[in-house]
Amino acid sequence: MHVDPLERKWAILSVTLMVLSMVVLGFYALEANIRPPSNVETIDSTRLHLTEEFAEDNLGVKTAADGAVHVTMVAARYGFFPRTVTVPQGVPVTIRIASADVLHGLHAPGTNFNTMVVPGYVSQLTVTFPRTGEFPVMCNEFCGLGHDYMWSRLKVVPKDQFRASLKEEVRHEQG
Amino acid sequence: MSRVESRGLILAHFWVAFLAFVAAALLGLYQVSERSGLFPALESNHLYFQSVSTHGVLMGFVLTTFFAMGFGYYCAIESLKRPLWSPGLAWTGFWVALVGTVLAAVALLGGQASILYTFYPPLQASPLFYLGATLLVVGSWFWCLEMVMTMRAWKQEHPGEPVPLAMFGNAVNGTLWFVTSLGVALEVLFQLLPWSLGLKETVDVGLARTLFSWTLHAIVYFWLFPAYIALYTLVPRAAGGRLFSDEVARIALIMLLVFGVPIGFHHLYMDPFQAAGWKFLHMTGTFMVAVPSFLTAFTVTASLELAGRLRGGKGLFGWIAALPWTNPIVLAGILALLLLSVGGFGGLINASYSMNSLVHNTQWVTGHFHLIFAGTTVIMYFGIAYHVWPRLTGRALFSEKLARIQLWSWAIGMVVLTFPWHALGLQGQPRRISTTPYDTPLVETWQINEVLMIVGGIILFVSAVLLVVNLAASHATRDSGAGAESFAAPVQPLLRLPTVLNGVGFWFWVLVIYMVVSYGYPIGQFFVLDTHGAFPWSI
Ligand code: HEM
Ligand SMILES: [Cu+2]
Ligand SMILES: [Cu+2]
Repeated sequence: MHVDPLERKWAILSVTLMVLSMVVLGFYALEANIRPPSNVETIDSTRLHLTEEFAEDNLGVKTAADGAVHVTMVAARYGFFPRTVTVPQGVPVTIRIASADVLHGLHAPGTNFNTMVVPGYVSQLTVTFPRTGEFPVMCNEFCGLGHDYMWSRLKVVPKDQFRASLKEEVRHEQG
Repeated sequence: MSRVESRGLILAHFWVAFLAFVAAALLGLYQVSERSGLFPALESNHLYFQSVSTHGVLMGFVLTTFFAMGFGYYCAIESLKRPLWSPGLAWTGFWVALVGTVLAAVALLGGQASILYTFYPPLQASPLFYLGATLLVVGSWFWCLEMVMTMRAWKQEHPGEPVPLAMFGNAVNGTLWFVTSLGVALEVLFQLLPWSLGLKETVDVGLARTLFSWTLHAIVYFWLFPAYIALYTLVPRAAGGRLFSDEVARIALIMLLVFGVPIGFHHLYMDPFQAAGWKFLHMTGTFMVAVPSFLTAFTVTASLELAGRLRGGKGLFGWIAALPWTNPIVLAGILALLLLSVGGFGGLINASYSMNSLVHNTQWVTGHFHLIFAGTTVIMYFGIAYHVWPRLTGRALFSEKLARIQLWSWAIGMVVLTFPWHALGLQGQPRRISTTPYDTPLVETWQINEVLMIVGGIILFVSAVLLVVNLAASHATRDSGAGAESFAAPVQPLLRLPTVLNGVGFWFWVLVIYMVVSYGYPIGQFFVLDTHGAFPWSI
């Protein structure tokens, strides 16, 4: 066996570089909580409307007693429901989404809000949105001839404005 | 089958590959034009997705499979100087794969398989399509067997001698492809076919995607191997030098085999049905598999430097200018290395567990794989074709100058096509769309890049036609007088090799164990989970 000394150095360097990358990414994944959706949770996609969580009336944004923000969504050919979702800036938002038919993907450009939506499974991810603004949420997995038309809106607003908008909604419902 | 008789077999494979290629290049040009929205007459999501499905299948499955098979036969016969183990089986494999291709094409052109080349359920194609895809894969298994058995026969005739690198590389690729293709074969046979025939009502999409991911990554190495083997064994010699290190080349190819297959979960980072720990495990393998490409870049560059210096090149960079840039396969090799080093960086971003969420399923991904696959890999296919054609046809290449123009225009066209394509991805454009109806200011930023992509598509299509015309015309030129192939000799003559670097058996079992570890539980879970009537498997 013959390996040139220079080539040996290069090999060690390559391996070190790759191991280093893994360590850095591993660190961020754990420390900064940047991680892709990985809950293994099944659901009967043909009966979403009969479940409590994904029934049409229960979709949308909710704030729990401890202030945590939850969003429930459904992806179905060809749209994401509800059509507009408003979330606060700088707060971890937990999003749960299920498909009512085929495979979809959803991405709000410029954010980490990106997940596949797989029939039979619930996707759950937690995202903190650092910037305010309005973002399109577009389907990014081919789901049929209407795939290009499948999109909705995401609004990221400052925290106090978000609280106000929630109160507003409550008043509407009571009034 | 003697060398002369085998020429027909090899040429048949190459011609199927390149005819599929030129047809698909035309579809590519149509796609970039339709997408731009500049030509209202072209607008049709129906046709568009039919076209992308056909383009993807022709480029990704037909061009590559037939090319890799033909190249394997060429290397076996030319490097071992002995006939194939069973020429009859080789021809059988060819016909099975061709019938499969035709069946799939019928379904695609009839609009019954517009579900893209990844055919993710629950979108459903006609059974014809799945049958065709299966036959294409089964045909290629004949080739896998042929590679391993021909090498084995030679070893029995030459006990203790090192197998020539070109043969060794193809035997590794045969093994790699067999293990790689099992994932999709299981998916099609036990899930998609029974379901499309109406024998089962539903399929478990989580299992289907997991099985597909088993194939989806390592398939790119199956495509890439002919390019790497040519970079190791043909380019250094054509450049007038030697191979820098035969042993390190073998180690790199073996690493691609062992680390390449069990890492498919980087295609599932964004999928909910696999737990985070498994994704992380696959990510570590994904980074390790970059190492053999680093090694290849080093060995090939060092071999080229050697050649340049032997030709009188001086100084830090003088050797580059001294290389024979006019020789098509050398030119292809240099351009491939350049495109590879640009494209490789993009790959590391995709592979990152966390950065992936910025680019997953955006046009960044399609831009990336066109650069690295349609650029690096396919340009080497062209270089190889120009190199072997005179030896296969017995006639001189119709025009070397045209070949050079073709290679340059392909490389330039790829840059013009894929740089704006990457930009579109960073600007958030989702992949696989035929139009951009979104009401957001983002859409305006996309337009310029879409226009640039059309320019790239035109250059590339012209280049594709030049390739085919040149090769066809080369069947009727003067006698080439080209003799047998002679592969690059290593700087340090190979006298003895450790057994593990001279065969694939040991590594095959290492790979099997690694596969069981990385895919065993993730696949097994679907048979335990309550999937609400979505059948994981049909027997
Ligand atoms: C003539 C030059 C080419 C052009 C203009 C072109 C253009 C395109 C376009 C516009 C798409 C659709 C992308 C999307 O919206 O997701 C596409 C898909 C694809 N291309 Fe090409 N392409 C070319 C050459 C190639 C080559 C040489 C290969 C490989 C050998 C290739 C492999 C593929 C594959 C596998 C897909 C399917 C992607 C998917 O289903 O998402 N292309 N191409
Ligand atoms: Cu879609
Ligand atoms: Cu991959």
